[in-house]
Amino acid sequence: MPKIGTPKETASGENRVAMTPQSARELQELGFDCLVQSGAGKAARFSDKNYRDAGVTVVKSAAELWKQADIVAKVRPPTAAESKKLRAGQTLISFIYPNENKKLLESAKTANSTIVAMDMVPRISRAQKMDALSSMANIGGYRAVIEAGNAFGRFFTGQITAAGKVPPAKVLVIGAGVAGLAAIGAAQSMGAIVRAFDVRPEVAEQIESMGAEFLFLDFEESGSGDGGYAAPSSPEFREKQLELFRQQAPDVDIVITTALIPGRDAPKLWLEDMVKAMKPGSVIVDLAAERGGNCDLTVKDEKIETPNGVTIIGYTDLASRMAAQSSTLYATNIRHMMTDLTPEKDGKVVHDMDDDVIRGATVTHKKKITFPPPPPKIQAIAAPPPKAPEPTPQELAAKEAETMRKAGIREIGLLAAGGLLMMFIGSYAPASFMQHMIVFALSCFVGFQVIWNVSHALHTPLMAVTNAISGIIIVGALLQVGSSSGIVVVLAAISVLIATINIVGGFMVTRRMLAMFQKS
Amino acid sequence: MENGFITAIYVTAAVLFILSLGGMSNQESAKRSVWYGIVGMGLAVFATLFSASVGNYWIIILMILIGAGAGTYVARRVGMTEMPQLVAALHSFVGLAAVFIGLNSAINPPEGLVGAELTIHEWEIILGVFIGAITFTGSIVAYGKLAGSIDGKPLLLPARHMLNLAGIILCLILGFMYASHMGIWTLIILTLIAFAIGAHLVMAIGGADMPVVVSMLNSYSGWAAAATGFLLGNDLLIVTGALVGSSGAILSYIMCRAMNRNFVSVILGGWGGTSGPAMEIDGEMIATEADGVAAALDAAESVVIVPGYGMAVAQAQSSISELTRRLRAAGKNVRFAIHPVAGRLPGHMNVLLAEAKVPYDIVLEMDEINGDLPETDVVMVVGSNDIVNPAAQDDPNSPIAGMPVLEVWKAKQVFVSKRGQGTGYSGVENPLFFKENTRMFYGDAKASVDTLLQKLS
Repeated sequence: MPKIGTPKETASGENRVAMTPQSARELQELGFDCLVQSGAGKAARFSDKNYRDAGVTVVKSAAELWKQADIVAKVRPPTAAESKKLRAGQTLISFIYPNENKKLLESAKTANSTIVAMDMVPRISRAQKMDALSSMANIGGYRAVIEAGNAFGRFFTGQITAAGKVPPAKVLVIGAGVAGLAAIGAAQSMGAIVRAFDVRPEVAEQIESMGAEFLFLDFEESGSGDGGYAAPSSPEFREKQLELFRQQAPDVDIVITTALIPGRDAPKLWLEDMVKAMKPGSVIVDLAAERGGNCDLTVKDEKIETPNGVTIIGYTDLASRMAAQSSTLYATNIRHMMTDLTPEKDGKVVHDMDDDVIRGATVTHKKKITFPPPPPKIQAIAAPPPKAPEPTPQELAAKEAETMRKAGIREIGLLAAGGLLMMFIGSYAPASFMQHMIVFALSCFVGFQVIWNVSHALHTPLMAVTNAISGIIIVGALLQVGSSSGIVVVLAAISVLIATINIVGGFMVTRRMLAMFQKS
Repeated sequence: MENGFITAIYVTAAVLFILSLGGMSNQESAKRSVWYGIVGMGLAVFATLFSASVGNYWIIILMILIGAGAGTYVARRVGMTEMPQLVAALHSFVGLAAVFIGLNSAINPPEGLVGAELTIHEWEIILGVFIGAITFTGSIVAYGKLAGSIDGKPLLLPARHMLNLAGIILCLILGFMYASHMGIWTLIILTLIAFAIGAHLVMAIGGADMPVVVSMLNSYSGWAAAATGFLLGNDLLIVTGALVGSSGAILSYIMCRAMNRNFVSVILGGWGGTSGPAMEIDGEMIATEADGVAAALDAAESVVIVPGYGMAVAQAQSSISELTRRLRAAGKNVRFAIHPVAGRLPGHMNVLLAEAKVPYDIVLEMDEINGDLPETDVVMVVGSNDIVNPAAQDDPNSPIAGMPVLEVWKAKQVFVSKRGQGTGYSGVENPLFFKENTRMFYGDAKASVDTLLQKLS
């Protein structure tokens, strides 16, 4: 049986692990044997015993593991030392960041091993279950609020106590991607007043759905790029945006920035003067620190305090700081990837390069570098339909007048046609017929007017009652029963019989139905 | 008794009928309004019995007694899910009665009619018989389809429109022949052809369109009564027939609008042709068990239940009512979303839910609830398919494109209780079942909900 193994992460401070006892159980169901390096899960609170209990073979050293495993699942991209251990036919599943790790791709290509990059999983609905970036961003957003709360010297919730009144904390979240939204949710549930900004106007709804206030920027430009990410913005737009932040700076207590544009350095959005304008004790958490930070003063992996008492947190290992949680989610993402790779659940990996998701995530395969992938066949997010320009009130009024006029013309036309028809009939038909015609026409109108008001829920009883009422045809039959002709009497008698069934049955059924409607 | 008295009673009866229909605007007044209808009908029959031309009282009394007995028996016995069939069957009676009355009037014409009056009378007979005959056979076929004794699939004969057209032209010719006094046999043949047209028209209409057909037949039965009224010169029949006819017409119109279907194309049968291949569906159907559904329901704060024909078939309404009661007792916000064409009859679901004692103020229409669905934790789709099909909005090539649907896929989680993997009545694949937030809960709706009830905490 093929073996899937997870070594201990070598990067310092990395607490996550790519396989948990739970995910190992599920991987075994897919037909794999699971290996883990001794102590790999320790930092994430999974002991070797936990793994053994889940049927995982615990291997002493990393070298041993790399040798035995056919598939290696990791969190961080392999180091130079690790990448040398890659052998022909071996598959590595991990975060790779192929743009920055070209050398790794080269060495994997020459070694003829396959690399599946979890960070390259396309953002389409079907692949969400393996979208590890989102899983990690979610944790990062949450943890950012926790870190901020830790550094912040006050409550988040406003309180009025016997010992005085505490104002609520004001949190500003910049960038409402997965991390931003998670931060909004966490801060909101701790009781803070949350505001959020994003260059993509369409996420306003998502922000508001999390309970935060969307800071609206009155500017004609959409910052949406491909795949649900933001695109770089024009200088004019940027100015407007900074102006908005400058207004907010003295007011907010906590700023969480999460703005990233794919393949670029993080945009500088929280400038030095804004930091200076903030109150002492305020906190900035910069989730873009890895890419240089959204804040001018961010120091990567450090927590610093500025001279005016603002704490700036630039940790890049927020997900690793919640290793138990992030390992569970990441291991599940990996397990889903393996499920897609082993369609028959027999431990046989079928590397289907026609599958959008597998194709997108694979960066080296069969002695070829397959990065960057072709754009996925399925659009990540349906393109919004082109919006018609908002009509002005005058246009609206004109349009309404136009429809009214058209309706009027049609109505007059119909009336005229009906009138002509009536006159035509009237000029031939005798007076007695015309009298009946008047009754008929008026009844139709009464019927139309009355029925429009019937509530939808009562359509079935309405049908039953009109059905019963249409049994009025019994009157016609009654008038004919007295005839002298035998056949007429027989037919009329049958008519009376069936009309009576209709009347009695119809009314009784209606009553039965209506008796059932009751208020709670 | 003199004529003025009868007319006065007829006027009273007509007013009572109008009040009876008008009272249907809300549940509470509807209960009263049935009595208006019953009293109106009683008065009308009573007054007619005193009319000079009525005789053979013992036959009348006997027939009314038998009819009343049969009507009571049927009304008592019928289950709420069989309501569509019953309504269709009852329509056929009105149609047949109209045919008989028309024939009688032809056999035994009123005296003293000459010239234009006679011609008009003859055309009134033709019209009454024609509409009555179509109503009769159409209702019988509709009954068969709804009761399942006739295959629900549309029967599409080649050149079916031409057949109908030929039938109508033939009827017109026969009508002219009758009006020029060529004998009563012309009228009888006309009746037979009209029978054939009625049956063929409804045969060509698929089961999914049955709500429209039933309300359309309702309308026809009204027009048949009105035509009979013309030929007998009886204003009460005209008034009542017109009321019923227009009511049925409006109901059909509302149904068609709810399905985004053109009325004419429904009546003539068959879906409109699709203009391209259906959109490919991405994803897989994921099944789940009662435990999963129960856990989700336990965790949810707001639940919306979308019932459909499958609930009626499985008779699951009382189990669902029990589920609703339990969830509400646990403090959850439970509501029902009813699509205008859910079931096989307008308002079908409301009646079933009412039968199962689901309070009607938590039963909402599509437009009322669609806006709330994105904030809903769990949507349970019980035996409905087309009315929750996102293809109606997303796929311009879908046969149901443009039909307003319940946007259940916007909810956080959707459970679909369904017998198997088949498509709905329209035969259209439903992408909802393949969505990420959808779980399929296979099995008979009643059995599924019953197991669910045991698992709920």
